[in-house]
Amino acid sequence: MAEFTLPANSKVGTGKTYKAPAGAKRVKEFKIYRWNPDDGKNPVTDTYEIDLDACGPMVLDAIIKIKNEVDSSLTFRRSCREGICGSCAMNIDGTNTLACLKPIDDVKGAVAISPLPHMPVVKDLVPDLSLAYAQYRSVEPWLQSDSAPPPDGERRQSKEERAEIDGLWECILCFCCSTSCPSYWWNGDRYLGPAVLMAAYRWIADSRDEHTGQRLDALEDPFKLYRCHTIMNCTQTCPKGLNPAKAIGKVKQLMLERQG
Amino acid sequence: MKDVREALMVGRNTEGKLVRRPLSPHLQAYNMMQMSSATSIFHRATGIALGAGTLLLTAWLVSAAAGDEAFSVVQALLASWIGVLVLMGFTFALFYHFCNGIRHLFWDTGRGFELEAMHRNGRMVIAGAVVLTVAFWIVGFLVW
Repeated sequence: MAEFTLPANSKVGTGKTYKAPAGAKRVKEFKIYRWNPDDGKNPVTDTYEIDLDACGPMVLDAIIKIKNEVDSSLTFRRSCREGICGSCAMNIDGTNTLACLKPIDDVKGAVAISPLPHMPVVKDLVPDLSLAYAQYRSVEPWLQSDSAPPPDGERRQSKEERAEIDGLWECILCFCCSTSCPSYWWNGDRYLGPAVLMAAYRWIADSRDEHTGQRLDALEDPFKLYRCHTIMNCTQTCPKGLNPAKAIGKVKQLMLERQG
Repeated sequence: MKDVREALMVGRNTEGKLVRRPLSPHLQAYNMMQMSSATSIFHRATGIALGAGTLLLTAWLVSAAAGDEAFSVVQALLASWIGVLVLMGFTFALFYHFCNGIRHLFWDTGRGFELEAMHRNGRMVIAGAVVLTVAFWIVGFLVW
């Protein structure tokens, strides 16, 4: 159900301010969401002043610098620092993206950072993605075929058939899109969300997969698929430039087509 | 139906004790006024406004059926400057909802999903609603 305000325990207060070192010329403020499961308090926003002359160009560089040099308790996920692992997905300056791909200079004024929206917070910028992963599992994201593969090798695809899954397979499951979607906020318990629906379509569109019918059957549901109202926040926010809204549109079209 | 996400709102602290987790900010943190969500929210809002506006229209028709006296009251109300302002809002809601509805039908055919196209057709919807509303009232005032 849609609840527009945050529960009482989730309201965000004002936290500490960490001043920039003396003599810093290019100072940028980072306003970062903090929540610690050990102190029994509400989340707060801490402000960190960073000297950009002593910092890398990306938002991830800044928060790593904060963790290394200012406040080691700041908690976030990161791994590859080049936009392929999906770990550092977070809300930066009002939209979801990967901290490692977001240049600090793209943000005017203070850089506001909070966890992926409308998710349970484990600590600071780390959301619990268990449900999203379970939903991903539910669409059986692997090749399913009843016929035997050719005895002399792999299942073949034409170049045109292979092109059908371009723009789909590149998804890194960072869930920026799903957590940008108001439908997923309000109905994420039953609506699968853009990331998972695009993953489902990736296998529907694959010429080697023979379970297209079963896959569409599984999605034929007022909530799982049809809570998508083409808001398009997903496509707007995807840090990989993919188009989940279009993939969901394709699934809806296939549903119509098979009804004849 | 109970929300299964409730189970994930409970976690453990460092000592292993159960703690209630916060829900991360959503409307509070997200830029809802970007083209994608703004046109969607406005579609909902105008839909609701049209529901209320239809009641107004119904009141007008019912009063007409009820007789001269009732009709003149409602007519005077609607023809007052505040009534005209409300009706302008009503027609704008109608034209916006109509134009954006066509945008949705277009999407249903599988077209217009690319980001540039989404921004372009969003701007077209807003401009279309403004132009239609202005044109409607120019004609409206001319024949009044």
